[in-house]
Amino acid sequence: MDQSNIAIELTDVDKHFGAVHANDKVNLSVKTGTIHGIVGENGAGKSTLMSILYGFYQSDSGQIKVFNKKFRATSSRQSIEAGIGMVHQHFMLVDNFTVLENVILGSEGGALISESLDKARIELTRLAKEYGLEVELDVPVESLSVGMQQRVEILKGLYKGAKILILDEPTGVLTPQESDELFRIFEALKKQGVTIILITHKLREIMNITDYVSVMRAGKMVAHRQTSETNPEELAELMIGRKVLFNIKKSKAKSGKPLLIAKNLEIHNEQGMKRVSEVSFEARSGEILGIAGVTGNGQGTLLKALAGILPLSKGSIKILGETISPEITLNPAQLRNLGVAHVPEDRQKMGMIADFSASETALLGYHNDKEINQGIWLKRSSVKANCQSIMEAFDVRPTNPDLKSSSFSGGNQQKLILAREFERDPEVLIIGQPTRGVDIGAIEFIRKRIIEMRDAGKAIILISVELEEIMSLSDRIIVMCDGEITGTVDASDADEATLGMMMANALISQEKSNEAQL
Amino acid sequence: MNDLLLNLILTLDASFRVCTPLIFASMAGLFAERSGVVDIGLEGKLLMSAFIAASAASVFGSPWIGLLFAIFASCIFAMIHGLASITFKGNQIVSGVAINILASGLTMILTLAWFKSGGITPTLQGDERFLSITLPGVDIIDHIPILGVIYRELISGHNILVYLAFATVPLVWWVVYRTRFGLRLRAVGENPKAVDTAGLSVEGLRYKALLIGGILCGIGGAYIAIAHNAQFTKEMTAGQGFIALAALIFGKWHPYKVLAACFLFGFLDALAVRLQGVVLPVIGEIPVQLIEATPYILTVILLAGFIGKAIPPKASAQPYIKEL
Repeated sequence: MDQSNIAIELTDVDKHFGAVHANDKVNLSVKTGTIHGIVGENGAGKSTLMSILYGFYQSDSGQIKVFNKKFRATSSRQSIEAGIGMVHQHFMLVDNFTVLENVILGSEGGALISESLDKARIELTRLAKEYGLEVELDVPVESLSVGMQQRVEILKGLYKGAKILILDEPTGVLTPQESDELFRIFEALKKQGVTIILITHKLREIMNITDYVSVMRAGKMVAHRQTSETNPEELAELMIGRKVLFNIKKSKAKSGKPLLIAKNLEIHNEQGMKRVSEVSFEARSGEILGIAGVTGNGQGTLLKALAGILPLSKGSIKILGETISPEITLNPAQLRNLGVAHVPEDRQKMGMIADFSASETALLGYHNDKEINQGIWLKRSSVKANCQSIMEAFDVRPTNPDLKSSSFSGGNQQKLILAREFERDPEVLIIGQPTRGVDIGAIEFIRKRIIEMRDAGKAIILISVELEEIMSLSDRIIVMCDGEITGTVDASDADEATLGMMMANALISQEKSNEAQL
Repeated sequence: MNDLLLNLILTLDASFRVCTPLIFASMAGLFAERSGVVDIGLEGKLLMSAFIAASAASVFGSPWIGLLFAIFASCIFAMIHGLASITFKGNQIVSGVAINILASGLTMILTLAWFKSGGITPTLQGDERFLSITLPGVDIIDHIPILGVIYRELISGHNILVYLAFATVPLVWWVVYRTRFGLRLRAVGENPKAVDTAGLSVEGLRYKALLIGGILCGIGGAYIAIAHNAQFTKEMTAGQGFIALAALIFGKWHPYKVLAACFLFGFLDALAVRLQGVVLPVIGEIPVQLIEATPYILTVILLAGFIGKAIPPKASAQPYIKEL
């Protein structure tokens, strides 16, 4: 390859955070004037890698070249000077500053801001014309739409002389129209020779807009492709990776009556973005319903709505005789009383409180239970005894209710949370990422327990990013992409290729294009 | 009628003198909080610098040397606060309280060690302290009715630090809103990540802000001991650092509004002194304590959201930890 037109070259870049190997000997080379996509699931190490480029973190080892010059940034200043601009997923804007003030921050020029503002105004007007990045300059950024704020971020980079723009999940917060507008801006930037690195987990964007794509998985760079020579299915497979199948003995499901019926759900996430639309399904007793999909395609939002954490915008959920709708909501406690158990996706943030003892974590959500309350006091002895018994039932080690929750290993934390939810004998179980970050022994144990619950006639909804887990546990599988259900299959008919296609929404778009041809 | 006017003018005159340390301290607090560091240790810095000013002025016989030492002492305290809350990312409230306790204890111990007295320094004589300045032209303007009295009693006849306090406010406004440093200062208190990703040092900016605060507090403390009074006495700042903090919130972190709040609180204090023991019809003897408590009551009402909204800089009280 011609060395002169390489914008960024990474060789064996390595980065640890404590025990986590965030970047494992990463190699990457990005050509000048191209749009280069980096895909990978959440936690694959994409953001860490870009933060190293932007001087936010320093790599442990490895070499970085920017425009053929050796580069090592200890602060963002050096990255800016080397011509790198970054648009973070969460914008780095001062809300009550005007657009102009935000743009000049850090590159003011003189000691008085009035001259810098005048200079910036002229330059920004020029940039706006050149790239179609019109923004009102004298309004506070907090009054701008998200799409406009993103433009300010791009302008910030360009004003500071960026020749390479890194965008971290830029469309995550945008409406489809705003995304299209953004892609148009990308094209304009590319024409002017700006190099764009696009970090995303949305394959549609990669296919539509990039020239090259690199795939990351679990901290490693696993593949580099020319976009025109790859397809969404291959990328999805590379992102998720094939994993060894555990052999779990499982009898055929004895499906009973539906315990949960979801109809036409539309759900907005905490930031008010629509993440789920037109989703309908049933969960039957004695059956595990798996929900597959690349992380961030609405599964998490759906899970939260089922657990009563997020309200519905449209549709209804019939659950154990009650109906939830946009007007009638049930909070998590009410759902729990009905017999719905929820194992959250993120156990550290939602499943437990790190500083609490195991016995306290084991009563979260069930703190109003009669057997552990006496007047306004908790019965410490019952709390402990209860924890001791569920720890024994789920083989949580060390079996010590007084130990701090954070002192347990990931697998034992997860077992404790599952024990808390399972031992109350719920009718419907909503389980998110049951084995994320859990050691192999615990994975097997947890999966067996989930199947035992199924055989006891419970309805189980399982969300997991591990395709292999979905396939080995589920009886029926629905696949989500972009907040919609893109396929429903019986587990016996499912294989990775079909699921991968559904996850990338390739089947539907194929059908659509077929229809268009007809 | 004339009597009432004179009384009013004299009360206003006293308000100027009372609100001077409040202005210095609240401007110090303004820099700190605008940078995202809560400075509850204003009181401690005032007390410490008051003590050091009185000691140095007495030893060296010059108020200017006293002032310099006071600024130095206050800056050291500001840097202790910085070390705890910026570098080591400790809790800013705890660090501030520690500074207050430290100042209270140190002033007692040091008066004992240096002057063999429990909590007081020797009385300053004559020009060992800052004296009142008579502005030029008093004699001429004095002949004009009303204006003459106002000029003579209200405007002229303060010491240099009072004038400095009032000159500081527009200067602070100019620095905060018109200079590069001010832009960065406001940014770092609102969104330190934006500052960091712009390639600027969050810690450096916060230290600078605290240092400026240290200088201002030093002047304020020196004023209390060697301009408004002529010696240091035990706990002589009597909560003025906290009143300054209240003024800062009441003035919504804006220099001119904070000045107005300082003046209001100073006026209430001067009024309380003047109304001591005065018996009014119907009400009876005026409850002076109530007037003295007014700044705090007003601040609580403001914080409860009854008089507009007091929105502090978004990042205040949060140590900056670099992460995504």
